[in-house]
Amino acid sequence: MPLQTPPLRGIHAERGAKFTEFGGWDMPVEFDSIQTEHRAVREAAGVFDVSHMGQIHVTGPDAATLMQRLTTNDVSRLAVGDAQYAAITDEEGAIVDDTVVYRLPDEGGEPTYLFVPNAGTDEATHERWIGYRNDLDLEATVDNRTDEYAMFALQGPDAAALLADVAEGSPTDLGRFEATSVTVDGVECWTARTGYTGEDGFELVVPWAEAETVWSRLECQPCGLGARDTLRIEAGLLLAGQEFDLESNPRNPYEAGIGFAVALDTEFVGRDALAAANEDGVEERLVGFRLIDRGVPRHGYDVTNTEDRVIGTVTSGTMSPTLEQPIGLGYVPVEYAEPGTTLRVVVRGQSKKARVETTPFIDTV
Amino acid sequence: MSFNVPDDRRYRESHEWALPTDDGIRVGITDFAQDELGDVVFVELPDEGDSVAQDEEFGVVESIKAVSDLYAPVGGEVLAVNEALFDSPELVNDDPFGEGWMLEIEGADETELEELLSADEYEDQIA
Repeated sequence: MPLQTPPLRGIHAERGAKFTEFGGWDMPVEFDSIQTEHRAVREAAGVFDVSHMGQIHVTGPDAATLMQRLTTNDVSRLAVGDAQYAAITDEEGAIVDDTVVYRLPDEGGEPTYLFVPNAGTDEATHERWIGYRNDLDLEATVDNRTDEYAMFALQGPDAAALLADVAEGSPTDLGRFEATSVTVDGVECWTARTGYTGEDGFELVVPWAEAETVWSRLECQPCGLGARDTLRIEAGLLLAGQEFDLESNPRNPYEAGIGFAVALDTEFVGRDALAAANEDGVEERLVGFRLIDRGVPRHGYDVTNTEDRVIGTVTSGTMSPTLEQPIGLGYVPVEYAEPGTTLRVVVRGQSKKARVETTPFIDTV
Repeated sequence: MSFNVPDDRRYRESHEWALPTDDGIRVGITDFAQDELGDVVFVELPDEGDSVAQDEEFGVVESIKAVSDLYAPVGGEVLAVNEALFDSPELVNDDPFGEGWMLEIEGADETELEELLSADEYEDQIA
């Protein structure tokens, strides 16, 4: 299957970007160097093209009910211009995907939502919403608008000042997880104070055809998926397909450390299973760790206890550009999950000492 | 983009170089290789006195995004290891043909060096 391309593929290539396949998309992985891009975001500002993220639009008299039934958080708490992080779970409470749900201004007097599933999952998610809508006999229109919108993430301590300079509207009045419409060079963009880096910043949903106009005004270090990954690992944030994967690594939100996004007093697919999991407690939990010995932890490496018994797997790992230390995430039995616990990680057959750390690894907003 | 390919040494298709010196044969990775890898953050090398065989793995270089095996362009005994790379792996990016060297090997068979690619041949390969 040919890869999907973001609208600015050619512009990124001219800028010297290297590309990688991600979620069926051909995306920039590196513009200059991962460390340079990473530091720009931690110290000043960087801009990411994240047009591979999906956009699903839901409106109608039962839109709120449909969103409530299919996401773990409490959609009824969203006023227009609010956003919330949520998981999408199956009947067993396992995470299918994680997403941000935005409440848009009402359309035709009806509540309206936009949510952003992960790259490559938009079609399956759209079908899931249509299927449940029909089964539950709800009145809502569900559109997959992934190909209609580009998405950019402007991140870093200088992001707010930079956006205030180029945008009409009041993006800097937004609190975390609040959103509004702003205009950049005549282009209307839905803009939320959210991100995936641990820094202050904004995510802009931009009409596909106007992507270049907006991108060219967000003048700061362009960043690829490589820096996006190192930034989110330092911030202890989950990556679909690594920290959860319905096929290879089914995990519920409590195991994954996102129980804060589960509202058990709402009715949603997976609620009963998660109420039981919450009651019983989980056996394994996602932890952050730091390698004490030399080496770099990588996805798939074994985690052992100090007696060399395999107790878990590394889900993500890297050399942290901020800390200049090897760090990682992985699931371990709860008795090994306390910060300070000594673990070992097997790197190419060699057992390396590691220590459980609190996440995020860095100070975040 | 064009890459530096000095013609004072010979090359392996897997992007290692071999440079005869007074002491032995110095080994590292090429400018092309370090650019493909991106920021090098970790290098694993054999110990001094270990023996390596031509075409066999002698170590690992890791960037943030990739793990890559290193293959010996020539065989012999490891005379010296560039220990500066353990604390400053970025030398591989900054100066791959100089300060970023990895090993010095002694006792290599002359014919092994001749089997390697010339600078022109390697340049064609990465073109």
